[in-house]
Amino acid sequence: MTILSEQTAKTLLTKVLKYSKADSIECNLDGNIGGNIRYARNTVSTAGEESDVVLAVQSTFGKRTGTATINEFDDASLEKVVRRSEELAKLAPENEEFMPIFGKQEYEKSNTYFESTAKVTPEDRAQAAQNSIAPSKKDKLVAAGFLEETTRFSAIMNSAGLFAYNTSTNVDFSVTIRTEDGKGSGWVTRNYSDVKLLDTAKASNIAIHKAKSSVDVKEMEPGKYTVILEPAASNTLIGNMMRSFAQRSADEGRSFLSYKAKEGEDATTAPKNKLGMKMFDERVHIYSDPQHPIAPSAPFGGDGYPRKRMDWVKDGVIANMPNTPYWAKKTGMPYIPQNGTFIMAGGNESLEDMIKNTRRGVLVTRLWYIRALDPQTLLYTGLTRDGTFYIENGKIKYPIKNFRFNESPIVMLNNIEALGESVRIEGDMVPPMKIRDFTFSSLSDAV
Amino acid sequence: MERRDFIKLGGIGMGGLMLPMSGIAISAEQLLDKPMDVAYKKKLADIALNAAKAKGATYADARIGRYLNQFVRTNENRVDNIVNTESAGIGVRVIANGTWGFASTSNMTPDSVAKTAERAVAVAIANSKFQTTPVQLAPVKGVGEVSWQTPIKKNAMEIPIKDKVDLLLAVNAAAMENGANFINSTLFLVNEQKYFASTDGSYIDQDIHRLWAPFTATAIGEKGFKQRSGLGNPVGMGFEYLDGLEKDKIHVTGASVGYGNSYDILEDAKLAGQQLKAKLKAKSVEPGKYDLVLDPAHLMLTIHESVGHPLELDRVLGYEANYAGTSFATLDKWQSGKFQYGSDIVNLFADKTQDYSLGNVGYDDEGVKTKEWDLVKNGILVNYQATRDQVHMLGQKESHGCSYSQSWKDVQFQRMSNVSLKPNEKDLSADDVIKDVEKGIYIAGRGSFSIDQQRYNFQFGGQLFYEIKDGKIVDQIEDVAYQSNTQEFWNNCTQLAGKSDYRLGGSFFDGKGQPSQVSAVSHGCPTTRFNNINVINTARNV
Repeated sequence: MTILSEQTAKTLLTKVLKYSKADSIECNLDGNIGGNIRYARNTVSTAGEESDVVLAVQSTFGKRTGTATINEFDDASLEKVVRRSEELAKLAPENEEFMPIFGKQEYEKSNTYFESTAKVTPEDRAQAAQNSIAPSKKDKLVAAGFLEETTRFSAIMNSAGLFAYNTSTNVDFSVTIRTEDGKGSGWVTRNYSDVKLLDTAKASNIAIHKAKSSVDVKEMEPGKYTVILEPAASNTLIGNMMRSFAQRSADEGRSFLSYKAKEGEDATTAPKNKLGMKMFDERVHIYSDPQHPIAPSAPFGGDGYPRKRMDWVKDGVIANMPNTPYWAKKTGMPYIPQNGTFIMAGGNESLEDMIKNTRRGVLVTRLWYIRALDPQTLLYTGLTRDGTFYIENGKIKYPIKNFRFNESPIVMLNNIEALGESVRIEGDMVPPMKIRDFTFSSLSDAV
Repeated sequence: MERRDFIKLGGIGMGGLMLPMSGIAISAEQLLDKPMDVAYKKKLADIALNAAKAKGATYADARIGRYLNQFVRTNENRVDNIVNTESAGIGVRVIANGTWGFASTSNMTPDSVAKTAERAVAVAIANSKFQTTPVQLAPVKGVGEVSWQTPIKKNAMEIPIKDKVDLLLAVNAAAMENGANFINSTLFLVNEQKYFASTDGSYIDQDIHRLWAPFTATAIGEKGFKQRSGLGNPVGMGFEYLDGLEKDKIHVTGASVGYGNSYDILEDAKLAGQQLKAKLKAKSVEPGKYDLVLDPAHLMLTIHESVGHPLELDRVLGYEANYAGTSFATLDKWQSGKFQYGSDIVNLFADKTQDYSLGNVGYDDEGVKTKEWDLVKNGILVNYQATRDQVHMLGQKESHGCSYSQSWKDVQFQRMSNVSLKPNEKDLSADDVIKDVEKGIYIAGRGSFSIDQQRYNFQFGGQLFYEIKDGKIVDQIEDVAYQSNTQEFWNNCTQLAGKSDYRLGGSFFDGKGQPSQVSAVSHGCPTTRFNNINVINTARNV
């Protein structure tokens, strides 16, 4: 019952729509099945499997909308959830920003589902744990890791003729490997749609290498440094910036994308946002593409509207901003839906080349506990973690104490020295980046 | 890790709702449906426990839960979303072959419950192949059939939706009439109806209530915008928290109003509007060393991050190494009996019995009666927070009662207790703490917060910052954050206000574990002074 086929989902949703007495009805049917294993101190600590299917029904009378959900699928339950959503709609206040549901849509082909991932077994998960634990024990190291794989389906049907269906798979793996005395720590993360791309033994070896290489740290003065951010480190900052991309908050003056009229400029006719303006180095190209072969995403969003390739930043210029149907209509813009994932185009240099071409710099494995300090400058703070190294004359010289940073991705993307090849991190594609004048504000004793 | 940012709110409807509240949506009336009959819960629990024992479990516990949430969110003059959710089911945890196993189901027929218990035993036996040290449980004497309820005066679930919407819209109007251009306000209500049974002979029925009413107002100025969030706290109380009684207000000369066991949210929204206007004009802080005077609604989060988390025993032992991290407060420091966590006026204690606190329960999620115990006494580290299977590693025989699971479907594990700072025995006021400060900053409300994975280096912001000169608050200032090291910071603690100033703050969505679970926890403290702390300026030109 957990992963319904397209035909079964269609039959079920058609039945649900027939119970409707509302002006319009839209149903989202989502299911998932998956498993996980967690280990620490070189032994498995917890393991489990989860599955669920939920039907959400949204009924509308005029500008009043109500939503109800259920996870039982007999006829009486299906009718009950429709009636409940209608009752809630009648009780709801009028929504002044109400927009009607979309009619029938055409979608691009999806490539988000991989049978290999759907077939992961408890034994496979246990083997992944062993792939970290066994070599760690051999080297007198301590492994703590987590693997989780999920298969999902998503179906949408509404009374305006829309029907959408998609299946997807995802696997996440991460492991922290530390020396027994706690003086060295290495970490690695992997995320794919197709589990065949995941090599947990190879990934664990990277964490082992970093753990062994990060003992006996030296202390460096905080200040501005050229940094090489590995993709996991880049992604946390760029991802935070991309989550702040929105036309409405920009138009309303409460975003880093808001435009403030300059002195002498007529504020009433000046643009409200920075669309079409150059904000970053011209090598910056950030876009979304559901058809991406390594980081695909569903060809539609939760409202059933198609998602297509869309540039957000092109040649350093703000190319598009996501909005809502209401805000698009109010401002005379096309509706540009958000896409949950992004792709930042990379360059040609490998990470090794970047290190080789650096006279003096800091290599950062990952960033941790990132928090916004100012939403209008996108200034963030956080710390380096699990492998921070000093680079001198093209070589990694020694491990260094972790730093706290206070930096904005806006500044970062104007201080690019080089971009490496993009890799998939948490569903996004992000390159390693060499950035000049990255601000470290203090030292941390944490390992 | 603090998880306020866990709440990612999108458009209208469930599609746009990503809350750490699982369950199916129900009507507001259904939130008041009677819980499952206790006798029937006992029958189901016994089926689970007997099925587990029959398959070879040496210990088993069953948690039958009905978790109810209500969520009302507004923006300016409109209602964004009203959602009621319910989640019910049973989770069974067992020890077999000396190893933990867990399974859960929402299908509560006797047959399904028995099979779930058997599945938990099968998981334990499968995992035992990798187990090197058998689980060792601290003894707990069965308490028989008992019950416990959060001491609420007004069940928030019984308050009509219209009254809640009207209150939030009035809050929004108050902020906007006084200077805000935008505001969002929210009500989160939680009711956990939990039944715990174990092979130790305990049958514990608990009815737990929590409430939080946050808002964030924004004002746009000529040079940019400023934000101010509410100074209320999430609490283990009913709707009476929003009565806003005068006796629960703390006035600090020249600064904002602080709130104790009830919250005047309308007054706070009005002040937020006025203070936003001041924020837009306020001067930017000069970086350097300052004496900080921290208001409880701010200091609670510093306690959470720099004391609560590092003294969780599972972090100290390495169970969280791949996610939240480990801890600087290692066992050797504790064993020395001399580790100076703070100055000798610093007394930090854990307590899951404090009235109005988020962590207040009669028994934890493995049937241990809750209590109070010292963590740092006269500045010295003296204990940690542990569960039944951990406490023997400290050479102690009694669990601290720190086990919690966010729902019936997730396995319980070690979570933070309420961790609080004892007030001064002399009943000093906040003004008394400020009066001796020559060059300082008074900080109120929780802002940006970040700390490393072993809890050494931290940086915290706030909502409101006031410059102190020669013992008096003089001006509102902006762009303040302080950086310090946990041990250095607490050793610089030089003055505490007294019990009349002591207030509880809290975190509604504290995240930990993989897969991640949330929990709610409070921290009590008085207004407190820390000398010579490094303050940075967070303004930046981009």
